[in-house]
Amino acid sequence: MTASAPRTLFDKLWDAHVVIPESEAAPAVLYIDLHLIHEVTSPQAFTELRARGLSPRRPDRTKATMDHSTPTLPAGPDGRLPYASVASERQVQTLADNCAEFGIELFDMHSDQRGIVHVIAPEQGFTLPGMTIVCGDSHTSTHGAFGALAFGIGTSEVGNVLATQCLLQRRAKTMSITVDGALAPGVGAKDVILHAIGVIGVNGGTGHVIEYRGSTIEAMDMEERMTLCNMSIEAGARAGMVAPDDVTFEWIARTPRGPKGADFDAAVAHWRTLRSDDGATFDVDVRIDAADIRPTLTWGTHPGTAIGVDVPVPAPVDAAERKGQDYMRVVAGQPLAGIPVDVVFVGSCTNGRLRDMREVAEVLRGRQVSAGVRMLVVPGSEIVKREAEAEGIDAIVRAAGAEWREPGCSMCIAMNGDIVAPGQLAVSTSNRNFEGRQGPGARTLLASPTTAAWAAVRGVVADPRERFDDRREVA
Amino acid sequence: MSSDFPVRSASVVLAQTNIDTDQIIPARFLSTTERKGLGRHAFNDWRWREDGSANPDFAFNQPHNAGRSILLAGRNFGCGSSREHAPWSLRDLGLQVVVSSEIADIFRGNALKNGLLPVVLPEAVVQDLMTRPDDVLTVDIEARELRTPDGTIHAFPLDAFARTCLLEGVDEMGFLLARSADIRHYEDTHHAR
Repeated sequence: MTASAPRTLFDKLWDAHVVIPESEAAPAVLYIDLHLIHEVTSPQAFTELRARGLSPRRPDRTKATMDHSTPTLPAGPDGRLPYASVASERQVQTLADNCAEFGIELFDMHSDQRGIVHVIAPEQGFTLPGMTIVCGDSHTSTHGAFGALAFGIGTSEVGNVLATQCLLQRRAKTMSITVDGALAPGVGAKDVILHAIGVIGVNGGTGHVIEYRGSTIEAMDMEERMTLCNMSIEAGARAGMVAPDDVTFEWIARTPRGPKGADFDAAVAHWRTLRSDDGATFDVDVRIDAADIRPTLTWGTHPGTAIGVDVPVPAPVDAAERKGQDYMRVVAGQPLAGIPVDVVFVGSCTNGRLRDMREVAEVLRGRQVSAGVRMLVVPGSEIVKREAEAEGIDAIVRAAGAEWREPGCSMCIAMNGDIVAPGQLAVSTSNRNFEGRQGPGARTLLASPTTAAWAAVRGVVADPRERFDDRREVA
Repeated sequence: MSSDFPVRSASVVLAQTNIDTDQIIPARFLSTTERKGLGRHAFNDWRWREDGSANPDFAFNQPHNAGRSILLAGRNFGCGSSREHAPWSLRDLGLQVVVSSEIADIFRGNALKNGLLPVVLPEAVVQDLMTRPDDVLTVDIEARELRTPDGTIHAFPLDAFARTCLLEGVDEMGFLLARSADIRHYEDTHHAR
């Protein structure tokens, strides 16, 4: 037997899911292990299925939740949830109807396990190493944190996967992003990914699947790795992934729906093979020194405009950047620190997990949200909410003057009524700072939970490392 | 679908780089369960002012651009979300071709499934075309060429399968359904069922 050529993690996942290899004439038929659906991008796919007289091929491999259009305020005295519109409520009901008709497991508004699709699938143990995972949502890249090949698809493809459990795909190119070294205090996974997007650019990953590697990544827990992989799409990448290790397996062992007993042991033995072989080569290699990463925010209207909190905003390189600076009302040559803040949003599939809630509580404990700042803290799932409440985090958030909401996508995509008013400036732990993303005219600075919470306390964008400096302490 | 091509049209220019899917169609218009009727909200927040009136400075509101079916856009068009509502809205607006020096992956795939042809050409070519938006361009899928009135030919890459789908109306779901036996074989050999 000849030794096979060294393969990357992506190569291994791809090869294991090819039903029919690609040719000049047609893309590969790729098998999908797990299909996640939500209310916004699935209704037209079910309509297509019905029009063709089809049923989902593998409802057992399909899981549904409602998250984008759902209210984050509890039901009123009449027992009705405060949907933003009749259309939103109808969309949520349509998902429930479709799941009931076709036997798809749904985490609905009555479920105590519901939440943002990319938070609950890993929480339940649906997301496992070695899987192919898709969802009609670009932040599906989150699941790559477990060593899965996970990517967002459009509604036509949602229909294809429902009907056939397969997709037509051309093989992607590969990119390694290696981060080595210890992160400074106050610097976390969100800063790492914002910094990385700043390095490779908002389109730097186009056509590529990124593997994040190096000692900094290995030292991250699963929640941090999810934050990292989540924003791969913000560099244009098809997917992001981290090779699974003991940290991954320990997470899965605690999930309610992951494999158990002998199945788990057998799975771990296989999962340990899911790493890029020594000598495997990537189409592009990027190296980042962890020591170079500061608390990082964005100054413009795409996530590639990331800079350290104490670094001056660069001069615009083109008309689009000039327009972005005008829209954001930032001035080249001045740092973001000191800019007054109207809204702080903590949550989303990027930073809506327990670790993120703890980071916020650590900053808010014994402090107050600055007068005039509105702060929303939105746990990513019912489980995150319960676990945070068990630790008293809700009480700390409320005592500080912030709002503690029900789980959902909330102000990240601003479809559910949680919006930033025109012209207001929001520091958000979400993933996109596009014009109007958080509401028409809203201005968004992306940041880590720690940086966001510190901005809420200070009332201006500020370096969260100030907390370690007694002279700057704000009581 | 074959009757849609070749496309012959002058162009609408949106030179801005990194035009994301939230600009193409803001999320608040995604609360629909239909594919149709989204053209009104294409580029909504650039096209319509707060009082609902048309922004006269925006290209798609300018009378000379009416009826044009080719968009010349800045680099990295369609970045952001996977919403297929983006190409649905552009098709509904009357567009058939988007030309840029880079088009984001998910948007490109979604566009092709909806008869919206993504054409990627070198930045210098796109910049040059942007200086002459009134030229009637010919976009020929069969030859994979964009031709200008002066006879210049710009070849563009187009996946053979995507080309067949556009020319012959092959749909992906039908293509995959026809491979059910292979899919079943894969399941039988890869999964304990």
